[in-house]
Amino acid sequence: MKLEDKKRVLREMVVHRRFEERCYQAYIERKIGGFLHLYPGQEACCNGVLEAARPGYDYVITGYRDHVHAIKCGADPKEVMAELYGKETGSSKGRGGSMHIFDAKHHFMGGYALVGGPFPLAAGIAKAIQIKGGDEIAICFLGDAANNQGTFHETLNMAALWNLPVLFVCENNLYGIGTAIERSTAVVHQHKRVCGYGIEAAECDGQDIEKVYEAAKVAVNHVRSGKGPYFLELMTYRYRGHSMSDSRGYRTREEEEEWKQRDPIYILRDRLIAQKAMTMADYEALEKEIDHYIENEVVKFAEESPEPRIEELEKYVLADRETQLPWLTGRAA
Amino acid sequence: MAEIMYWEAIRRAHDEEMARDPLVICMGEDIGVAGGTYKATKGLYEKYGPLRVIDTPISENSYTGLGIGASFLGLRPIIELMSVNFTWLAMDQMFNSAAKVRYMSGGQLSAPVVFRSPGGTAHQLGAQHSARMEKVFMGIAGLRVVTPSNPRQAYGLLKSAVRCDDPVFINEHELMYNMKGEVPDSEYFHPLEGSEISRSGTDVTLFGYNISVHWNLKAAEILDKQYGISAEVVDLYSLSPLDRAGIRKSIAKTHRAVVVGEDEAPVSVGSEVIALINEECFFELDAAPMRVNSAHVPQPYNHTLEKASIPDHEDVVNAVLKMFGKA
Repeated sequence: MKLEDKKRVLREMVVHRRFEERCYQAYIERKIGGFLHLYPGQEACCNGVLEAARPGYDYVITGYRDHVHAIKCGADPKEVMAELYGKETGSSKGRGGSMHIFDAKHHFMGGYALVGGPFPLAAGIAKAIQIKGGDEIAICFLGDAANNQGTFHETLNMAALWNLPVLFVCENNLYGIGTAIERSTAVVHQHKRVCGYGIEAAECDGQDIEKVYEAAKVAVNHVRSGKGPYFLELMTYRYRGHSMSDSRGYRTREEEEEWKQRDPIYILRDRLIAQKAMTMADYEALEKEIDHYIENEVVKFAEESPEPRIEELEKYVLADRETQLPWLTGRAA
Repeated sequence: MAEIMYWEAIRRAHDEEMARDPLVICMGEDIGVAGGTYKATKGLYEKYGPLRVIDTPISENSYTGLGIGASFLGLRPIIELMSVNFTWLAMDQMFNSAAKVRYMSGGQLSAPVVFRSPGGTAHQLGAQHSARMEKVFMGIAGLRVVTPSNPRQAYGLLKSAVRCDDPVFINEHELMYNMKGEVPDSEYFHPLEGSEISRSGTDVTLFGYNISVHWNLKAAEILDKQYGISAEVVDLYSLSPLDRAGIRKSIAKTHRAVVVGEDEAPVSVGSEVIALINEECFFELDAAPMRVNSAHVPQPYNHTLEKASIPDHEDVVNAVLKMFGKA
């Protein structure tokens, strides 16, 4: 990665971290409802992969831990926060919530809440790209536990069979909700599970963004050059629980501390400081500036935005009726 | 106007839509090289090639999800599920992805996809290959449900479903693919909403859809000739949304309703239609509405038991006679 890119990505990762931590606070204050799945600890995965791809151009889809993927694709953090607040100005107009962030104009095709549900959707997006003849690729980010769903195996089979331009990124954070991977999964190394489908696969440290970037470059080039699907496993860790209702009783504080020693943001920060590309004071100023931005722009926007109108409860269930009349009434030309 | 079979009507709709729009594709088990279990896609593989006529592995949930994902980018997939029994496996993607994506994305994405699947009891196919599922689909917000009772509807409903921006489930019937009927020679779009009066009458309305429309027509004939009862037969080809106005209009004329379906009575299409009649037409009624349904059993294999489990025109006649105090 170029130095300028590293500095930019460090900044983005701090935005992602502080955004998520601010969500935590808003959840405690009951400003955010429902389920909330936070991303701190895993930032190098999303950022490293998408630095090697073309965010906003390539199609990205993921599960319910989706805020950061949306923002990385180009979604405005203000609209994502407003969505969490359930406001009309939210990215899904307050109808989706934390688990259903969408930003179609930046090709972020959504967060989905059924574990493993996005696998076939990603392959379908890739199939559409193949039929339309574009050079975009589909990138599907999911956790390790999704690989125990039938959709994983069914989709890998079809993706390989039809040589689809889809990159599967497995963010292996070692836990499926509250069950450790070795207690739920016969083969712990996820990249080994795809060899039965003849799909190219690799495993990589998910905490060091430069390693993720290098591995992702290989993966993205493979898929974009028409060689078919690719599976990239990134070893990572989420600091928070699965969701906010999780007290993390299934793992030790020592284990958490060990992983925090390899924090993705600090790894990159310390490297930049060692290279004399920045100082600790620069970093502290950066954090402060971003906190100010999150508070005074992002949260403020969400707080001050209007609620959806009750009169529009049924809007978006079906397509706007007026546009569909020829097929609904049979009075087509 | 030519007389063609139900399967030929569906095949023609596929062919016309695929010829018109390169984004229309079709997919499913055995639909390509084999031409489809009920021939609904016969010859399309040879004409449009493997990229657009896709033989899928037997992975119902994921190939359905794959079609839905493709529709996010503007493709118009027609997905055949070989039997409604297999749609249970695909319901996660049909309901959680296709039916909800427009709403939960605040209108940003839509899934303009068509699901086609035959339901109903055929010939001794047993418990896991004989099912009526329309009652499940019609309760899902974000999904349109239609069910053609003749070749004209089979052709015109598929044409409209492909063009519509909403996901549409087309409930066909295994026994009806070889039914013959007139289909307009020129292009025809059947409305996705509404109902049709298949036979006019004044004394009682027989509501049905798909195969039960035919039981009702036969029953109406008998009621007229043998009992002097004039029955109106209403074809509810759209199950979601139901044609409230059409139901009201017929009840206002006949003041009596019998709802006939091949599905089982607890939580049937008839449950919903009768609830609607009670809500909207109660003071028009001269008698409590009745329903005629299948027995509440997993479908038996034995021919005699199978026949006993599903209704026919005689059950409809008997229900009407009971309503009129003649049985």
